[in-house]
Formats: sequence, C-alpha cells, structure tokens
Amino acid sequence: MSIPKFVTFTSGAVPVEVENIDTDQIIPARFLKATERKGFGDNLFRDWRYDSENHPVATFPLNDPRYAGKILVAGRNFGCGSSREHAAWAIADYGFRVVVSSFFADIFRNNALNNGLLPVRVEESFLREIFDEIRRDPSAQFTVDLDNQRFTIVSSGASAPFEIDAYKKRCLQNGYDDVDYLRSISAEISAFEKNRS
Amino acid sequence: MGKTLLDKIWDAHTVRIEDGGRCVLYIDRQYIHEVTSPVAFAGLDRRGIGVARPSQITATADHNIPTLNQHLPIEEPESRRQVAALEANCAKYGIEHFGVGNPRQGIVHIIGPELGFTQPGMTIVCGDSHTSTHGALGAVAFGVGTSEVEMVFASQCILQTKPRTMRITVDGALRQGVEAKDVILYIISQITASGGTGYFIEFAGSTIRSLSMEGRMTVCNMSIECGARGGMIAPDEKTFEYLRGRERAPQGSDFDAAVARWRELYSDPDARFDKEYHFDAADIAPMITYGTNPGMGMPVDSEIPAAADPKALEYMDFKAGERMLGKPVDYVFVGSCTNGRIEDLRRFAQLVKGRRKAEGVTAWIVPGSKGVEAQARAEGLDVILADAGFELRQPGCSACLAMNADKIPAGKYSVSTSNRNFEGRQGPGARTMLSGIAVAAAAAVTGRITDPRELFGF
Repeated sequence: MSIPKFVTFTSGAVPVEVENIDTDQIIPARFLKATERKGFGDNLFRDWRYDSENHPVATFPLNDPRYAGKILVAGRNFGCGSSREHAAWAIADYGFRVVVSSFFADIFRNNALNNGLLPVRVEESFLREIFDEIRRDPSAQFTVDLDNQRFTIVSSGASAPFEIDAYKKRCLQNGYDDVDYLRSISAEISAFEKNRS
Repeated sequence: MGKTLLDKIWDAHTVRIEDGGRCVLYIDRQYIHEVTSPVAFAGLDRRGIGVARPSQITATADHNIPTLNQHLPIEEPESRRQVAALEANCAKYGIEHFGVGNPRQGIVHIIGPELGFTQPGMTIVCGDSHTSTHGALGAVAFGVGTSEVEMVFASQCILQTKPRTMRITVDGALRQGVEAKDVILYIISQITASGGTGYFIEFAGSTIRSLSMEGRMTVCNMSIECGARGGMIAPDEKTFEYLRGRERAPQGSDFDAAVARWRELYSDPDARFDKEYHFDAADIAPMITYGTNPGMGMPVDSEIPAAADPKALEYMDFKAGERMLGKPVDYVFVGSCTNGRIEDLRRFAQLVKGRRKAEGVTAWIVPGSKGVEAQARAEGLDVILADAGFELRQPGCSACLAMNADKIPAGKYSVSTSNRNFEGRQGPGARTMLSGIAVAAAAAVTGRITDPRELFGF
C-alpha cells in the first residue's frame, strides 16, 4: 500500500481567503455517509460553492475560472473542528496536493499528511504576500519543493521555508504509508505489550 | 524536573520515537462508530490483514441513527448502509459492538465512561474529535482520522508527535446558576477557538475539582473547540467512586489495586507546562455563543462585542452591540456528548418542572445512551418532561451534527447544548447558539434568549 509520491511541482493556486475554516465547511456532515473513499471532491466546500438550489455560487473561488492549480491557499487555523478525514479526502480528490495557510488545526494536519496532501505553514505576512500575488495575477505560479522544504512565489522569487518532521517527509517523498511501517515493527510492539503487563 | 500528567501517561505508552520526534504510541482502547470506520475496515481488506487486538476495541452506532422509533429500520438508505456496515465489520473481525437497540448503545463518548471501559492512565483514541471527553477520568484521549483508525486496527499503535502541555487552572466557587458548560465556553471565549492548537490541556484548580464527573466530562469534551488535541483532569476520589462497580472497570481486589496505581496519576508539583492560564470562577456567568465558532461566546446578559467577526454576524443575522436577551428561539436541543448525561437531563427536568414549553419552540431532548435513557425513565424524568410538553427521545448524536433526520431548518435559531456552532452544523443554513442546560431550559420555556438566573431565581 502506498500514498502518491510527492515530487517538486509548480502550479497556480486557488485562494479561499477566510480564517478558521472548519471541516464542516470543507465537507458538511451530510456527505459523510459513504462507506467507500471516493467522490468526496464533488462536495468540497459544498455549502459555500453551491446555493440552496444547487447552483454554483459564481463568487466562490472554486467556481471562478481565473483560478486553477494544485495549491489551495486559505486563512489561518485551517481545518479546525471535527476530525473527519473526509475533509482531507475531499481536498485531495478535488485535485489539490498542497494546502497553504499560516496555521493548521492538529488533526487536519495529520489527516492531510496521511493522504499525501502537504500542509505548508507559512508566516502570516508571507500568506498575505501570496494572497496579494494571486489578486495581482490570478494565474500566478508557485513552486512547492518538499526536498528543500521551500515554497516560492515564482514571479518575485520570494520564498519561505516550511516545517515537516523527518519521518513524514520520508513517507511523502517515497510514498510510504504508516500502516505498512507499523506492521513492520509488530514484534517490537508485542515486546512492549509484554513488558508492561 | 517533575513530569506532567500527560508526560507520565504518554511516556509509559511510547514504544519508540522516530527521527523528527514522531512517537509510536501504544493505544489501550479504541472506540469506533459507523462514520469514520468503514474506510479503515476497507483498508484492512485491501491489504488482506486483520485487526491486531479486537478485544481492545469497542464499537457503537451513534452519528447516523434516528432518535425516534429505533425499533424500525433506518429510513435513509445511506445511513442504514453505514450502520449495517459497522455491524458486519465488527462481526467479521470479532469486535464487540453495541448496535441500535442494544441496552449498552449510546454516543461513543457517553458509553465509554458509563460502562467503565475508560479508565485513568489509559491511552484512548476514536475517529471523532470529542474523544477528549474521556480525559475527564485521567486518560490521554484524543480524536484521530480514519487512516489512524486503520493504524490502530492493524497494529494497536499510531504515530503521533507529542503535544505541548498547557495547564488551565480555574479557582473559586462558581456563581449561582453557572454550570460546567459555562466554564468551558468561558475558557474558549478567552483563549479563542485556536488558542489550544498544538497543546494538550490539563484542567486544574478548585473549581474543576468541585465539578461532578459528568461536569468534568463536559469540560474535557470541548477541549478540541479551542484547538487542543485533548484535555484531561487528574483522577481523584470522585473518579474512583464513579468507576467503582461499573461493568467493565476492574472488580473487587483488582479494583483496589487499580486505584493504588491511579493515585500516582497527577502532575508533579515541580512539573513545568509549556503554557499556563489562570481563571477566576467568580468571573464566569451563564454563557451563550453569538457567532459561528465556539470561541464566539459571551455572558448571556451582555452585548455582542463591537469587534465581532462580520462574516459570523451576517450568517447569524445579528449586529455588533446588540443584546442577545429577548431574541426569539425556534429550536432547543438538549443532548450530545457534551450535555447528554443523566445529570444534564436531571437539571433540565428540574428547571422546566411545573412550567410549559413555549409555543412555537421545537425541543429535542436526546439522552446520550440507552443507559442514560433507562435511568431517566427510572427517575421519572420522562414524566416531568412530558408534563411540561417535552418528549424524551432515544439516544444518538442527533442534532449536534444533523446526520440523521434531526435537522434545524435554514435560517432558524437553535439554542443547543452541543459543542459546535459552525455554519450549517445543525443543518444547512441553521443558526446555532451554544449554551449550557440552564440557558437552554430558559429558552425552551420562554421561546426567547432569557437569563436563567432571573427566570429560575438562582
């Protein structure tokens, strides 16, 4: 089993300039009834993306044809609230590989990493720069370099470092998955159990 | 330097530490429910592997189920399928499952403590952010995603970075009419909805100690609403008495031996926390939220802050500077893993006794478990409620997240004892105001936001 390998890429970005986006907005609870992991991208940001008659809300960035790319840029405290991994699935299924924010909720951050979706945390001031850049040029390009842990605004060359722990970085680079890893140390886990009883 | 309570439990469960700091953390108990487990089970199937330690997993159906006529098949096909999938998966892998109709069924965070599965010193996870509830018994308990549910199925471990430690100390006597829910809504309003992110909270101080076990669970339940991984309270005599005789707690001499171990579970006096907050109980009033995250709370008798988030106020159709008192209420929801325990139903019944539900208010009174429901009926609370125009429903998550039929219609105002007031949380377009039991009872009998201290003469 594996997750998709993460390689350096350059892409446009979709800006959702809202703070405290909770996972109920990313994927409302009524779409959590599937027993299979597929199709969640259709309902990403459902109640912001469509009105009550299911018509696309033209002003919502996902419906704005000027924006495209594999990078979602959002305000601080992204992914707060419910632990539903469906939020990470919906974002990844829609086609994003990276979410950029100045602050991520803990559970969402882990869920994203476990699905090959890279959360890039940057300083608030740099996040403003990114939003400004997209305002200036909706098709602005950005480079996400996991190996060197840098996020770059292509036109200006401005870049910022981001953190990721060494284990998770290796998993993303190689497409490793945690279940395989944990099963590979099952003897150590059994020994641990014996020692504590 | 001494250790915090989190350090003691976490370190005792760390199998190994990866480079970069991620810990392989051993999990004593995993709770599962129908919504966040099916994809994890499917993962096992795809890998062709089984569940490593089925006896350390407990399952119940709660999120999707109706709260009326539970003896009938679930009407909505998708919900029915999800609930059936849980039952089939548990049978396949030998996991104990308390399905709809089972006398032990209930909201996963209500039944864990109620049945004595949750014990001090344990590590506990569930694919549900309100797993922090179990921290009230002195456990390290936190919500995880479905990938992590699968990890625990496969290995009984997960990979986690150890959170930083935060202590929130509340001292002093609570004012009349102030309850545990008000304490936690107050704390979140002070430190904001993201103030705890990256931390694991220990709640301490005389106010916290004075709370019942149910009240402590209400407080720990909402730790996630300030972003914290979890919240916990060091176990004490109240904790031990709560657990004594519970079905799945140790019995007889085993219980005494367990209590001796549990007495070691406290933060050492010289332990240092990464962050500390101190609050005075005298500053806490009955609370209500005016906005769209749980940090947007205020005393029920004050005005919506001038600096309130305009996007939140637009959604709620409120204005900065307005008072909340007197605003009309369409729905009242009493229940959830936050306020669905027997003490909550007792308090609500006692407050509405001899009064009548207001015309035009739809009230859903939902016990947290079959155990709570049975106890409520045994105490005659259902009769008191019926006399006042309220119906005691059947257990489930219900209108807290509106995955079943209990949905608040668009634009309607709901006073809810649950834990989240996010946009659309209780149904698309629903407008949620979070509160404790007393504010909900006052709203239910007056049809308006009302100060419970005045109405009930606290």
